[in-house]
Amino acid sequence: MTERPPSPEPLLAARDLAYATGGRRLVDGVSLEARPGSLQAIVGPNGAGKSTLLKLLSGELAPTQGTVAYAGEAVAAIPPWRLAALRAVLPQAAHLAFPFTAAEVARIGLDGIGRGLGRRDRAGILAEALARADATHLGARAYPTLSGGEQARVQFARVLCQLAAGRTLAPAQVLLLDEPTASLDLRHQGALLDAARDLTRRGTAVIAILHDLNLAAAYADALIVLEAGRLVANGPPAAVMRDDLIARVFGVSWPVGRVPEGGQPFLLPRRTVAG
Amino acid sequence: MSDAAGPGRPGAPVFLGLGLLLAVAVLLSLGLGAVRIPPARIVAILTPGAAEAGRDALVVLGIRLPRTLLGLMVGAGLAVSGALMQGLFRNPLSDPALVGVSAGSGLAAAAVIVLGDRLLAGMGLPGPLPYAALPVAAFLGGLGATLGLYRIATRAGRTSVATLLLAGIALGALSGALTGLLVYASDDRQLRDLTFWSLGSLGGATWTKVWATAPALLPVLVLVPFLGRGLNALVLGEAEAFHLGVPVERLKRLAILLVAVAVGAGVAASGVIGFVGLVVPHALRLVIGPDHRRLLPASALLGGAFLVLADVAARLVVAPAELPIGIVTAFVGAPVFLWLLLGKPRQDD
Repeated sequence: MTERPPSPEPLLAARDLAYATGGRRLVDGVSLEARPGSLQAIVGPNGAGKSTLLKLLSGELAPTQGTVAYAGEAVAAIPPWRLAALRAVLPQAAHLAFPFTAAEVARIGLDGIGRGLGRRDRAGILAEALARADATHLGARAYPTLSGGEQARVQFARVLCQLAAGRTLAPAQVLLLDEPTASLDLRHQGALLDAARDLTRRGTAVIAILHDLNLAAAYADALIVLEAGRLVANGPPAAVMRDDLIARVFGVSWPVGRVPEGGQPFLLPRRTVAG
Repeated sequence: MSDAAGPGRPGAPVFLGLGLLLAVAVLLSLGLGAVRIPPARIVAILTPGAAEAGRDALVVLGIRLPRTLLGLMVGAGLAVSGALMQGLFRNPLSDPALVGVSAGSGLAAAAVIVLGDRLLAGMGLPGPLPYAALPVAAFLGGLGATLGLYRIATRAGRTSVATLLLAGIALGALSGALTGLLVYASDDRQLRDLTFWSLGSLGGATWTKVWATAPALLPVLVLVPFLGRGLNALVLGEAEAFHLGVPVERLKRLAILLVAVAVGAGVAASGVIGFVGLVVPHALRLVIGPDHRRLLPASALLGGAFLVLADVAARLVVAPAELPIGIVTAFVGAPVFLWLLLGKPRQDD
């Protein structure tokens, strides 16, 4: 593992993003960057505009103001097939009306993406992605019969497939995760974020919406804090997780602690009613 | 293992079987009827350069071959349209008949049957209306219904599948009501024509019809396999398909256009035939799985074979008269469909 020099051009750059619909500004003046090898967590209360921001970053929504650029190129100008090699998105729970098997769902991430991949290469990528997402044993089962957490792991395998296939076109990629740990048990929450951290070592830039600040503090290089569509803090977890900011943004007076070794911040829930 | 949907789903054997079924259907369709012609003789007649003449050759080449080819094309078109719509709407119950495309076609045809003569008389032109007016109207009706639907459901460049489905059901009901009014206003002869049209028949097949239908349906059948990957991604959701590099709006527009063309041309050639678009893809999904790259070509094969076999039954059951083919497809299709639905869990007991 070698330390990468900071790239002159961020993989993903958002400038002064705003998105308004129905007279409400869901995202308001947000700027951020993602550099190769970084893992950033977007945090904030419900309705802060986290998912909307992620949709703007992925190119799924066009901003009413501001720009999103991948390696300096405006996202709207990149054709979909090339964008699919540059960035992958893990959505929140997806329902399927057709009885695809888990392996077939994961394999959809490979079809038509990348260049020069033979049948064997694709089979290898699929097997590796399923293994990395701990979904190998689910491969032959019908996706609609899986539990929510199992479905999430299969979707993660699909995203890993897409990244691996896309790497044949774009060596440096962006991975966007929308609450990737929401339906996972503790072991798989850790495993998924370990896998994401692994990808950053290959130069991938990861941006993940996370609700669990402790997970975010453990895995992210930076926390991007959103409140009512605005970016209110962006920095290392140790700098961002302060009692006053947590109280103001999240409306809870839970104390921020520090683990003795390394000083990683953590948040301890505390009940507010007696009894 | 309750879920037998393993990774080793049958591929090549199923296509081989479908090919065989298609060949058998064609031979039956060419051989059975008022004059029975054995398969060997059919092959001899169809061999290029064979100087076969006489009654059998006349029956096969002049009457049964165009009818069979028309059945193959219409059946394939209907089944593929069903598979396309189900993929597009991410709903296994979608069908051209459900979202009003067939109803739009049927309404236009009914309008021509009932009002055509009066319109001509009103314009001081001699009746009856040329026979070609009916298929042209059916085609335009299907296309109009589809484009209207698409207009309603598209706002700011984005097509809402939910709106499309609901609007389609409303449009279908409206077309049905208007067709009902026309039925009310029709005389006896028109009523018989309407009934025949609304239940479908390959009885009027001629080489002219084959040549008129082929340019519409063959391009659809050729283009459809290219939509497989996009439709697979679309099953995950529109946003997910976009993330995977699928040009979603273009895919939806193309799929809708192909459905309109296939259904319009099919209704124009043989009236409104139900159930093919619903049963065929559904049955195939149980065997080869939902992957559209295999489902779409397989639907074309099975749809063609199914409609040709249904036509053979329509010709034989009440010979020398003929049943409308829509009755046969519903009679065969509905129980088979139920059996498929019920049979699946029974395997797990």
